[in-house]
Amino acid sequence: MSSDKFLQDYLHFTFIQSHIYELSRQRPTDRAVSVSVLEGMGFRVGQGLIERLTRDSPSFKDELDIMKFVCKDFWTKVFRRQIDNLRTNHQGTYVLQDNKFALLTQLSSGKQYLDQAPKYLAFSCGVVRGALSNLGLDSVVTAEVSVMPSCKFQVVIQKL
Amino acid sequence: MNSELFTLTYGALVTQLCKDYENDEEVNKQLDKMGYNIGVRLIEDFLARSSIGRCQDFRETADVIAKVAFKMYLGVTPSVTNWSPAGDEFSLILENNPLVDFVELPDNHSTLIYSNLLCGVLRGALEMVQMAVDVRFAQDTLRGDNVTEIRMKFIKRIEENLPAGDE
Repeated sequence: MSSDKFLQDYLHFTFIQSHIYELSRQRPTDRAVSVSVLEGMGFRVGQGLIERLTRDSPSFKDELDIMKFVCKDFWTKVFRRQIDNLRTNHQGTYVLQDNKFALLTQLSSGKQYLDQAPKYLAFSCGVVRGALSNLGLDSVVTAEVSVMPSCKFQVVIQKL
Repeated sequence: MNSELFTLTYGALVTQLCKDYENDEEVNKQLDKMGYNIGVRLIEDFLARSSIGRCQDFRETADVIAKVAFKMYLGVTPSVTNWSPAGDEFSLILENNPLVDFVELPDNHSTLIYSNLLCGVLRGALEMVQMAVDVRFAQDTLRGDNVTEIRMKFIKRIEENLPAGDE
């Protein structure tokens, strides 16, 4: 692993980790709040990232085109690999599967931390939602982990 | 791009802390504390990856921090200058601070030390190798200075207190 790659994962991870820790210390009873705070942070980051990434790209022709961009270009730039599998019901629901999600590789691959994963993923869900939002798509993004470090993101586009 | 994710995440973190705490002093303190927690864990990784041994003196420590650690984790190499005559205090001068790309401080946060996390990281990491240091920002480009300057002062060696009879 090259050092800059490491830097990003490690520091990124520790930022989130210390923030989760601080939040759960301050608001011990309110886990939902800390998850939504992290999601909100991710949202802002996603907005900023997509703005820089799409500066020179042509406009998209439809929703699927946007999703493909997110799965390929966006994912590669942000998480260093493409989405492994994209599925859709063609009615605004998309499932993005990443078999080796960058932000989970820092967690142990056993079952031990499986229940902790959603907290770490809240940030990533926010990143995806923020990116889509700046491309004109309102969405609800959730994540699911059954085997570490593989992760499925479900994106449901909110039609107006 | 990786570094943009990093920079933006740091920005989101500082923004969030500014929302959570009432004043800049408190945010500065939190950033330092978070940095400290990162530093005490980061040192282990640093030593493992860099395979650097024990430093002979504080000057060598300064060089390792600037040329190896900063390079490794932030991709920049600050210069080491302004040594105090006693050799216990120096400055790290950063021409480019990767944490502050795209950042502007709003007027109502004039006392925010945006990159204060770095001070905590350095303090925490050095404490794990038995060095107590004082770290603070002396200059910051975000506040109109030409360069970013981190001032580090050696306070003392931390003696390892092993329980009696324990090897």
